[in-house]
Amino acid sequence: MLAPPVVWLGVLYLAALVLLFVAAFWKVDSFTGDLQHVWNVDNFTHIFQSSTYRAIALRTIGIAAAVTITDALIALPFAYFMARIAGPRTRAMLFVAVMVPLWSSYLVRVYAWRLILAHDGALNWALHGIGLPSVSVSYSNWAMWIVFSYIWLPFMILPVYTAIERIPDSLLEASRDLGARGARTTRKVVLPLALPGVVAGSIFTFSLTLGDYITPKLVGGTGSQFIGNVVYDSVGVANNIPFAAAYATVPLVVMAAYLLLARRSGAFEAL
Amino acid sequence: MRNRRLLAALAVCLVALAIPAAGSSKSTGLPTAIGAGEGSLNLVAWEGYAEDQWVKPFTAATSCKVNRKYAGSSDEMVSLMRSGGGSQYDLVSASGDASLRLIYGKNVQAVNPALIPDFKNFIEPLKSPPHNTIKGVHYGISLQWGPNTLLYNSAKVKPAPTSWAVLYDARNKGKITVPDNPIQIADAALYLMATQKSLGITDPYELNAAQFKAAVALLKKQKPLVKKYWALASDEIDLFKNGDATLGASWPYQTNTLKAAKVPVVDLIPVEGATGWADTWMLSAKSKHPNCAYKWMAWVSTPKVQAQQAVFFGETPANTLACKEMEKIAKGSCAQYHADAPVSYFNQIKFWKTPVADCGNGKQDCKDYSAWQQAWTEVKG
Repeated sequence: MLAPPVVWLGVLYLAALVLLFVAAFWKVDSFTGDLQHVWNVDNFTHIFQSSTYRAIALRTIGIAAAVTITDALIALPFAYFMARIAGPRTRAMLFVAVMVPLWSSYLVRVYAWRLILAHDGALNWALHGIGLPSVSVSYSNWAMWIVFSYIWLPFMILPVYTAIERIPDSLLEASRDLGARGARTTRKVVLPLALPGVVAGSIFTFSLTLGDYITPKLVGGTGSQFIGNVVYDSVGVANNIPFAAAYATVPLVVMAAYLLLARRSGAFEAL
Repeated sequence: MRNRRLLAALAVCLVALAIPAAGSSKSTGLPTAIGAGEGSLNLVAWEGYAEDQWVKPFTAATSCKVNRKYAGSSDEMVSLMRSGGGSQYDLVSASGDASLRLIYGKNVQAVNPALIPDFKNFIEPLKSPPHNTIKGVHYGISLQWGPNTLLYNSAKVKPAPTSWAVLYDARNKGKITVPDNPIQIADAALYLMATQKSLGITDPYELNAAQFKAAVALLKKQKPLVKKYWALASDEIDLFKNGDATLGASWPYQTNTLKAAKVPVVDLIPVEGATGWADTWMLSAKSKHPNCAYKWMAWVSTPKVQAQQAVFFGETPANTLACKEMEKIAKGSCAQYHADAPVSYFNQIKFWKTPVADCGNGKQDCKDYSAWQQAWTEVKG
């Protein structure tokens, strides 16, 4: 029964990854644009030696990490309220509130944020309304951080909610019986048990941010390129598929390391 | 002119050679007559270049059914023409920054302008421009063109700028937007051509190592001043509408759209001149429908279709007879898009062409497009 999924994964997924990796060692004739099957590591040396590509990789990983932390900080209290405090009707409404944005197009949501953050946009209009000076966050790394955090938030809330909901009431009662107050119960009982949910959610928020190239293009400013943008430009603009393949191995390696760490924390059971 | 005469002579020779075969003789050279249509035609085009208002009459007249694929960038066009062995599409409306890549990549084939009746009415510089004609061989039929203008918000930018210098001026920090395109290096080179004569730049698309370095350095200095590098025309329109940018490098299309939205903008060609784009319909080397393709190239070159497209998209037709037709569609549009302007206006503009290593001076010391692309990635950071 296992055979069909294994074949599917092997052929469609792993074979594509292997091809990608092999292509990274080829090169392109700059004059005709033809692929030359000559083994070399020029692409990798170029990536490691150029400060631009290092900076882009670090920026991508940094913003992915910042988005993950932000989403975790928002999702924890929200999911706790949903799972343990809210009544059935409020909980249903909150579920709808979390899920509804996922029904609209990703692009619509990004463009909406562009209008909110623009110089004469909703945010500055609201700030003026309450007598505060306007802020200039449009088209910057700050804008990317806000938009990514918003877009991937549901993917963090849902696994954290599942993890918190699974905590048996008896554990919380035991903690209270033993004299722990709310804060201590949260720290010693709820958080450790919710952690696998957070790690599971972080796999989504981190990997989705790491691989994105549309949000940087739409709401990023100057110096907002992601790994995905360089890959996209290398294929589309320069027709340099080997270089794109070489650079695409960077997020692959980062994600593999991240998943290994996540597995150790038992996050896969919380999915 | 010289090239045309040579070509005519060549065509005569070919006719003599091809008499027994008659019609097209693809293996020996250019076709000498357009045969019966193949019933279908696959286009890769800019959005707005294959609108129903001139596609439907074309299909009615030739029974060539037109399938359209819109591309978002020059680079996507090149990719599409190379994909699937190159026989998926028959024609591409390539801009000058893509056309030489397609020619040297052998993705497009030579065409015979003698089969396009309106070719003789084209503005002289667009008959054999360097971005689609190599050593007298035509690799396409010119279509439309337009300048890359300096756009500014006239309510917020005072005094009115006359030079590209405003885009490199630290006083305008955070108010500038320029296109996200490697060919933008040419805009910096054009500015240096006028302001730093010691660099000896004669053509902004043919830059040796020192000239290239200076242009890239200028763009790196510009980067902190830039609010956003725009990728789509709608990006720039948003930036100007929402007050995020007040100065930028632009196309006439944005100016028209913004004016229609009552944003106080003005565009101009600054004193240093400007870069510009000129588009060419190019025939795939492995086209399956060459007769329909020739019929299409002849159709879109007629004054009426040229005018329809020019007014629809906001650009200037190659056919000088299109002016009258434009006036019929929209009064004043001929002058608005400089369709009646003399060759001297045209000569202010340095048209996009793909940078190649061979600068034409016998040396191979110019930076090619892949160097431009990598440098642009570094400029953007």
